[in-house]
Parts: sequence; C-alpha cells; structure tokens
Amino acid sequence: MTNVLLIIFIISLLYVSIANRIITYVRVLALQGFILFGVTFLQLKDIQTWNLVLILLETIVFKAIAVPVFLSYLIKRNKITRETEPYLPHFISLIIITLIIVITVLLANSIQDTHLDKIFFIVSLSTLFTGLYFIASRKKIITHVMGYLMIENGVFVLSLAVGNEMPNLVNLGIMLDVFASVLILGIFLNKIGDVFKAVDVDQLSNLKDY
Amino acid sequence: MTAVYLISAFIIAGMLFANRNTIINNILIIIFGLVQIGFTFYACSNYKNSVLQYFTFDSLGLLLLMTLTIISIPALFHSYLYIARHDETPQSRAIYFSAIVFLITSITAAYLANHIAVIWIFTEMTTLSASMLIYHHRNKLALEGTWKYVFICAISITFVFIGILFLSLALQHAGSSDLSFANLMEYKDSLNPFWLRLAFLFIFTGFTAKLGLVPMYTAGIDAKDKAPAPAGALLASVLMNLGFVGIFRIYAVISQTSLFHWANLIIFIAAFLSIFVATVYMTKVMNIKRMFAYSGIEHMGIVMLGIAAGGIGYYAAILHIILHAFVKSSLFFQFNQLYRTFQSKSIQYVGNYFKYNPTGAVVLLLGFISATAMPPSGLFVSEFLIFRSLFEAKFIVLLIVVLLLLTIVIWAFGKNIMKILFLPVQGIDETKIPRINPWESLTQYLLLFTAIWLGLNPPSIFVQMIQDAVKILPK
Repeated sequence: MTNVLLIIFIISLLYVSIANRIITYVRVLALQGFILFGVTFLQLKDIQTWNLVLILLETIVFKAIAVPVFLSYLIKRNKITRETEPYLPHFISLIIITLIIVITVLLANSIQDTHLDKIFFIVSLSTLFTGLYFIASRKKIITHVMGYLMIENGVFVLSLAVGNEMPNLVNLGIMLDVFASVLILGIFLNKIGDVFKAVDVDQLSNLKDY
Repeated sequence: MTAVYLISAFIIAGMLFANRNTIINNILIIIFGLVQIGFTFYACSNYKNSVLQYFTFDSLGLLLLMTLTIISIPALFHSYLYIARHDETPQSRAIYFSAIVFLITSITAAYLANHIAVIWIFTEMTTLSASMLIYHHRNKLALEGTWKYVFICAISITFVFIGILFLSLALQHAGSSDLSFANLMEYKDSLNPFWLRLAFLFIFTGFTAKLGLVPMYTAGIDAKDKAPAPAGALLASVLMNLGFVGIFRIYAVISQTSLFHWANLIIFIAAFLSIFVATVYMTKVMNIKRMFAYSGIEHMGIVMLGIAAGGIGYYAAILHIILHAFVKSSLFFQFNQLYRTFQSKSIQYVGNYFKYNPTGAVVLLLGFISATAMPPSGLFVSEFLIFRSLFEAKFIVLLIVVLLLLTIVIWAFGKNIMKILFLPVQGIDETKIPRINPWESLTQYLLLFTAIWLGLNPPSIFVQMIQDAVKILPK
C-alpha cells in the first residue's frame, strides 16, 4: 500500500510537468499532502502515539489544506494570471522529469542497503530535483514557491524512511516545513504581491553591481 | 547558565520588540551587551565542558564566540548611532534591535552546539533574524534582497536537512542513532561511505549559503548590500563564520574516513571557483558595499583552500577567518560614515575622502591593506601560511593561478579604494558635507589593530586554542 501511494506521488510529478494552469499545481500539492498523510500512517509504526498524531496533523492540516488554500487565496488576491509560463515547452519538461526519475532509479539500484526502503529514496530524490527544475524553469515567483514546497514534500518522504529509528528527525522536518513555509508564504509573498504589481521574477533584477 | 543566557537573551529580544520608549530601548541594549560579555567569560571559565547536553565550549566555538562578542559590541554601538540619525519610527527601531539581538544569540548558540541538528536549528533562526534586518528599509530593493536571501537560505537549509537524513542513514549502519559530533567520531570507521558521501555533499552545499562560497553565495551579496551597514557588518563577518563552523565540524568527521581525499577535492573546486567568481565581479563592481561583500567571498575561498590543503593550512584557515571577521566588520562600520559624507554607495559619486574625513579615510586605507593581505596586516601572515600549505601539498599550478587571481583582486580593489580616497569628483556640494566626529571611528581602529596584533604577535593561549581546534584533523 505504501508503494502504491508513493508511485502515485511520482506520477503527480509527471502530471505537474505538463500542467498548464497554476491552480493544477495547487491541487497537486494538496494531493501530495494527502498522500503523505497516508504514507505516514502506514509507515511510522514504532513511534509514540502523540508524536504520530502531531505528524499526521501536520500533513493533513498544514500540507494538504492550509497551504493550498492560502496559495489559491494569494493567486486570487494578487490577480496572478492563470498560465504557468514556463521557459521551456511542456514536452521537454516531461522528458526532463522522466530522465530525473530514471536516473534516480538507476542510482538507487546501485545501493546495497538493507536499512532503507529504496522507493523512499527514489521518490524523495526525484522530487527534490523536480522541484529544483521547476524553480529554474518557471517565470513566476509563486511557481518558485510551489517548487520549494514540492522539495519539502520530497524531504518529508525521506525523513519518513528513517522515522521509525529517529522520530526526532521527522519532527525537525516538520519544523522546517512550518518555519520556511510561514516565512516564505506568509510574510514575503504577501508583501511582494503588494509592492510588485505583477509577480514575475523578471521584476526582481534591480539589485546590481553598479 | 547557558539556559539562563539563552532565555534572558530571547526575553530581551522580545522586550525590545514590544517596547517603544527610547530610554528603555537603550537600557535593554546595554543589558544585552553585558549579558553577552558575561556569557563569554562564563564560557571561557568552563573551557571544554558540556552543558545542557547539546552545547560544548570547545576551542573553535570559544574562539569564534570571543570574535563574535568583540564585534557585536561595536555593532550595537554603531546600530544605535545609525538608528538615532535616521529618524526611525519607534516600531522599526524595535524590530531592528530585537532582530539584531536575536541574530547574535542564535549565532552564539550555533557556534557552541555539538549536535548537527542543533546547529541546523540555530542556522534557521539566523535566517529569520537576518531577513528582518535586510528588510529594514521597507522599500522595493530591500524587499527584493530579502526575498532572494530568504528563498536561497530556505533551499540551503533544506539541503542541510537532507544531508542530516543521509548522515542518519550512514550512522544506522554503525548501529547508533545519536547524531552528535562526538558520537559520529566514535563510529567513524563503521559509517557507510555511500551515505556519508551524499551527506557531505548536501551539508556542504547547504552551508555555503552562510559561508559565501560557490554555489550558494549569491544571496549573501544582496543581503549585505541591502541590510543597514552595522547589520551588514555582522552578516559579512560572524554569520559567515557560522557557515564555516557547520562545514568544519562535519569535515572533521569526514577527514577520519576513507572519503578524506574526495572531500578535499570538493572543497578545492568550490574554493577555487569562489575566488574566480569574486575576482570577476571585483573588476566590475561599482557598489562599495557589494565590493566588500565580494572581497569576503574571495577570503572564504582562501580559507577553504587552507582547510583542503592541510598541514599548516588548518591553523592558518582558522586564524584567517578570525582576522577576516575583524577587518571586514570595521570596513562595514566605516561604510556608514562614508555614506553620510557622500550620500551614495556608488564609486562613481564618491571621491577625495581624505579631504572630508581624514580619520575615516585612514580606516578605509588600513582596511584595504588588511583585506588585500599586505604586510603589516595580520591577514598577510595567515594568507602566507595558507599559500605555504598549498606549496607543501604540491598544488603548484593551483597556487600560481590563485596568486594571479588575487593580484587582479588587489588591482581592482586598490583602484576603487584609491579613487574613493584621493580622486576628486565633480559636482559635489561641499557645504552639504557633514563633519564626522572622529571618535566614532575609534571602534574601527580597535578592530583593525586587534587583527594586526593577533596576526603578528599572537598570544600563546590564542595559538594553543587554534592548535587544539585543529587537533582532530589528520596531519
């Protein structure tokens, strides 16, 4: 069951790569939050109950509901256009993300390790690189933020892989989530929407050496 | 006592944040300065002890803590002058001072932490407080700088976290789950090399955002440019040392394993590219603050070359990072007076500084001599030792290329500084230039002379502490 969920997670990455509208990104982020809820529930067995409840609450409340709702609120409030505006065509994005997944699978196959479920490694690493790719190839600041949130989801998957032995690392991951998301989304995306009327990265090029 | 320090510092930060009264504000800052000094003395008297399980007063931590305390006192003083002169609203003053107190406290805790996760937490806190300082002016450019800093630091901090996860996987092979550095050292032989390699790559990349190396150096440049100069002085000196602490502690573990040479290679590449990038930008840059920031990138590259070359390089690297902190912070403090004189950051509109403010001009000149590592500055000694270690480790080609690049840096830096100091500029209304009180430069002189004194005639206890800090590295 865990494997099925994680494979859906990977498919969601491919789906995002060809998505044309920003709202699709938001929906996929919400979907990933629900998937992470399921994976956490199935994976973390040797963990104290209150800690498990905390982690589950974080995935469902924060990742799956609060962040997507806030993102769609920001999109409406700042009147961000609905196109994702990639620098590259969708087809090439699809190929690149497929390549990322294939390479991580090959890398994972070269590991001789009994301590780690390889699928966690594959999912987290390919999500990490996909997120970085989204940040590099999309024009809007809000898509950069979504790329970052995707990276965080990938990191969360990896922390679940070691969660049974070191539950504190999962808690740290949650702290990172809350801290970075609140800092990035809450304060600055709000401000940037107010100050810069159109939210493109092209506008953020005024700091120069001369 | 450590708990008392952390709690009282955070309470002071909170009170500064809530307070709107000028007198109470100043009293709180003085109290914080005393608390910081007191804690430093406490730390020195408990040399090598561990407190609260997660903090150890080891040599590296103590050396950098003393550097931090020595720099933070003038930083608070210059911040006070800065805020008093700029007609700040009580609210923005409150945010500024609580952020700076928060920043100094988090850096202190991160220096002393003996557990990688604790360093990570406090590094996160420095991002938060530094972003409040960068956004101080609340205009479009400050917002852009803050956004870039926050975003890149968030990605870097995530990288460090991934590195910690890989480290925990490496440690599981050894049958342990305690991620403190002492424990990692104990299990150094049974760590899984594959996971350790990934862990080092991610942790190194993550901490380069704070240290100011390729690939993540960009955010720091904008941050130092947009933050008010007294805060920029902290970002350009002690915050960079925090990145060094993060990398050094994990490097000490790696250096005991079979990955030692591979890790050195990674550091060599990053350090060389940093020096190269800094050189390229130094020749073009027209913004004085950014020029200082790029010079910092170059120095961090030299420090990491010393670490990777080994031998006497370890000693020289730690000496260099301490001296660099003193010199760079005094340059940033001086920048404020320069800006008050000319009301411009651009080298184009600044000139003949000796005529308007001779005391400050001498600081700039001494700072330039120190930052380019010419004798008699202390950095000459440390840089010379780093080059010697490169020579002894038989990296002749690298050494020659680095020396060539540094010559270009000296040329570019010197060209700009000489222009600022001596060449008159057209169209300056001399009646509008304020008279700068020479006593304000006193702290800058003290910092510069500390750097010279520590480099040329280091006290024996100082030398012993540096040697003790690098004792864990292989010969």
